[in-house]
Amino acid sequence: MARVVIDGKSYEVDGRRNLLHACLSLKLDLPYFCWHPAMGSVGACRQCAVKQFKDDRDTAGRLVMACMTPAADGTRISIDDPEAKAFRASVIEWLMLNHPHDCPVCDEGGECHLQDMTVMTGHVVRRNRFPKRTYHNQDLGPFLTHEMNRCIQCYRCVRFYRDYAGGRDFDVFGAHDQVYFGRAEDGVLESEFSGNLVEVCPTGVFTDKTLARHYTRKWDLQWAPSICAHCGLGCNTSVAERGGMLRRVMNRVNPEVNGHFLCDRGRFGYERAQRVTEDPEKEKRTPEDSEKKGLSESSGSSGVKRFSEFSGSLCGLLIGIGSPRASMESNFALQTLVGKDHFYSGLSDLDASLVSLILDILRNGPARAASLQDVENADAVFILGEDVTNTAPRLALSLRQSVRQKALERIGKGGIPLWHDAAVREAMQDEHGPLFIATPYATRLDDVATAVWRAAPDDLARLGLAVAHEIDAEAPAVSGFRMPMNSMADALRDARRPIVVCGTSCGSVPLIQAAANVAWALRRQGRAADLCFTVPECNTMGAALLGGGRLGAAFEAEADTVIILENDLYGRAGAAQVDGFLGRVKHVVVLDHLRTRTTSKAHLVLPAATFAESSGTTVNNEGRAQRFFQVLPSREPVMASWRWISEMLVAAGRTGWASLDEVLAAMGDARIRAAAPPAAGQRIPRRPPRYSGRTAMAAHVSVHEAPPPPDPDSPLAFSMEGFSPEAPPPLTPFFWWPGWNSIQAAHKFADGPSGVRLIEPGQRGAFFREVPAPFTPRRGEWWVVPVHHIFGTEEQSAMAPAIVKRSVEPTLALRPEDASDLGVSTGGAVQCMLDERTYRFRVQLRPELPVGVAGLSLMGATKGVGLPCWMALRRA
Amino acid sequence: MLTTQERSAIEEEREHYPTARAACVEALKVVQRTRGWISDEALRDVADLLKMTLDELDGVATFYNLIYRRPVGRRVMLLCDSVSCWIMGCDGLKEHLKMRLGADLGQTSADGRFTVLPAACLGACDHAPALMLDETLYGDVTPQEVDRILQEGS
Repeated sequence: MARVVIDGKSYEVDGRRNLLHACLSLKLDLPYFCWHPAMGSVGACRQCAVKQFKDDRDTAGRLVMACMTPAADGTRISIDDPEAKAFRASVIEWLMLNHPHDCPVCDEGGECHLQDMTVMTGHVVRRNRFPKRTYHNQDLGPFLTHEMNRCIQCYRCVRFYRDYAGGRDFDVFGAHDQVYFGRAEDGVLESEFSGNLVEVCPTGVFTDKTLARHYTRKWDLQWAPSICAHCGLGCNTSVAERGGMLRRVMNRVNPEVNGHFLCDRGRFGYERAQRVTEDPEKEKRTPEDSEKKGLSESSGSSGVKRFSEFSGSLCGLLIGIGSPRASMESNFALQTLVGKDHFYSGLSDLDASLVSLILDILRNGPARAASLQDVENADAVFILGEDVTNTAPRLALSLRQSVRQKALERIGKGGIPLWHDAAVREAMQDEHGPLFIATPYATRLDDVATAVWRAAPDDLARLGLAVAHEIDAEAPAVSGFRMPMNSMADALRDARRPIVVCGTSCGSVPLIQAAANVAWALRRQGRAADLCFTVPECNTMGAALLGGGRLGAAFEAEADTVIILENDLYGRAGAAQVDGFLGRVKHVVVLDHLRTRTTSKAHLVLPAATFAESSGTTVNNEGRAQRFFQVLPSREPVMASWRWISEMLVAAGRTGWASLDEVLAAMGDARIRAAAPPAAGQRIPRRPPRYSGRTAMAAHVSVHEAPPPPDPDSPLAFSMEGFSPEAPPPLTPFFWWPGWNSIQAAHKFADGPSGVRLIEPGQRGAFFREVPAPFTPRRGEWWVVPVHHIFGTEEQSAMAPAIVKRSVEPTLALRPEDASDLGVSTGGAVQCMLDERTYRFRVQLRPELPVGVAGLSLMGATKGVGLPCWMALRRA
Repeated sequence: MLTTQERSAIEEEREHYPTARAACVEALKVVQRTRGWISDEALRDVADLLKMTLDELDGVATFYNLIYRRPVGRRVMLLCDSVSCWIMGCDGLKEHLKMRLGADLGQTSADGRFTVLPAACLGACDHAPALMLDETLYGDVTPQEVDRILQEGS
């Protein structure tokens, strides 16, 4: 800690920070543009000038840039000094020279950092009489709108896109007063993290194109803290609605998880989390009965009655299938309803065995489950099998930062403060690593890898096991294995915080065991090695923790009625098997918010709420329980799945639950309950203080203002009233502070982590001893591994309009040699028989594939194929 | 398509730098020497050769005002408009050139012979006003001198 004097008052601050960061942490107002909490300082905009004094006798002082000055012990500065204030006012005046002042038609208006800073410095009169320069705006694809005229040249966008996220198709062009930020030509931004430009840009150059379709000012939106539902990482988000329509998703800082950034799937995949139509009434979700089985129509309120009528007594032959994309509460509710013995987890059998292995490794082994922050700080990384950018996208951004750690350590020792981004990047140049990537096919992180290796999953496992053996001789040796990457074991051993990244996407048990062996071997050598496993869905880990029978067993089980919770069984098992099961069971009840092949086979579909329409808890890949909160006020008959199930319990004469807290109490896990405070005490408003139209919005129905909808499930209110400044991180609906209307206000809020980790490591370190045989290619058959796509593979975002525009057509990837043997080329088609069905795939050539291996896009119909598997391919 | 000569010249420049990217300015100069300017097509070829993206290379190309991203005349005249030359009457020279060539600063004469560009300083303040035609520097320039230079240069 350091003691600094600011305007005559003495403060304790973190001496490792710069003065700007220190001032903002003290909640002092000091304007800035180019500094960013995650990207550090470059001293480009000159906006954070303050007066620094040598000692208490120095009255003259000198102007310094707060972001470029260390918060060293004994520093004396003045923010209010007239000269500093005048300097800051003149800086904003010249930054504003070419700004179009189009705030009324700008999507950033009302949440614009440039507006805030202009007001803060008191620049109110424009003196410049000369013409403003104008630019061409580019079409950057379905996610972002580009309006270059608003640019103030702070360089934050290139610093994020190019330096932080590693994008190479976006840059800065020109010089002096004609500087342009964009692409060389119009076109879709390639980076999977481009959406962060919306928040990184201090003004309206990059705005959310999906928001523009249903635009609402920030102050008119109703917000709720949420957890991203589109992969297993559990990034923290703020979701917003108005008039019953979901409008946008923004980042919510959780320093241990997503920090300041989201991936584009998380940010733009929200639009189907409710059905959006011109007339919401027309497409209202109602309980649906399948025509096929001759059951009559049932209205919303009678859904449960209909259910209890035809399911007879709720005991005996009733089974339930849970879901890795439903909340803990909903899964638990179903488990309670059907009883533990009749509850099946809803993961595919392969996923179930992989995830339970992962759980076993993380719970009993000595290596911790790494958070994204741990990954970011890792000084050596070994990726085994995982195409991270497509399976857990935000993790790829953290890995991009991890490759800087080794160099940062060296640079820090040399006396350069690490927040000094310009100096650090100058000293670092292209130095990066160590990062070793061993996957079946090329990944988007290969450009920063120390070495890459392409092999079939079994051979990747052998590589992992061999590395583990080289690190610690106690680990089993792999006979006849020649190490392709020599320095790997050494590099991992030389690191202090190495991390092994693996996951379920290759569908390989030996691979996960190999990853554990590497981490455990490093632990035995005294390194603080962690493991980072990716899992496919937002509550895969939670579903595994809750347990339940295998899906395969459910299909064999004796049952009159099955209740399927937010799950498309056709994505979990072969179509023939699912058809057989659903055809055999007398009553198929599905709770879901998506239309799937399973809902089309159901006798009764009860409209479940999405993550935006309900509150609940999910457990992310590191085992962190985090609560998401309802943002859309409840609409009959849509209810959270656990509420539907609670009503079924009541209908059966058992006890249900009136609120989320009651479900949590029944679950009995204090840690899950502690993920967020209960619904008690002073309410926290979901609406900002300037929310407009409250008294007029429903005037066409009644001139009397309706009371805010009740919310028994959270301490939040569907209202402007309440008290928010002291809201703890898991309950912060949006970032807003007097004078700070943009998302930059985040620094005014508590920056502690949120969520509760449920899994901590054990002591057992007995290595997995089974070594798989080398992969042997077959003649005429290929080992087909799933190829994940950031846009398209994940079910809940796949139909969002912006995501649809970025989705690729599913393809089968083949080595060019194999393709020519089959007589096909790119764009040609191959077919194969699976499960007595013929599939046809378009061919894509991927020369890096290992011999005997092919890759198949995992989306839609291919999910139930049961990848990875052997496939006999022939020309279609 | 780059010619073989251009390619080998660029590869020779490449040898002088630790990374391919670092040679990009020299590579652009090689192409500009033979073609006069850098077309989109040439930019793409150089980018491919140096394993850079179009965006990265164009960022460099557009930064330097002596890398021409638009066609120029057969000869390029740089007219200094720094303080010394301004005091010594470069504005008069500019008007004179405009009259003679029928082209303003940044434009090319109708016959395609000359492009006149402003330059912030040619480092010839002791002989202001100064101008430069391709690689030749002229000091103490008068309108009459301009006519002579144009005549010689065409």
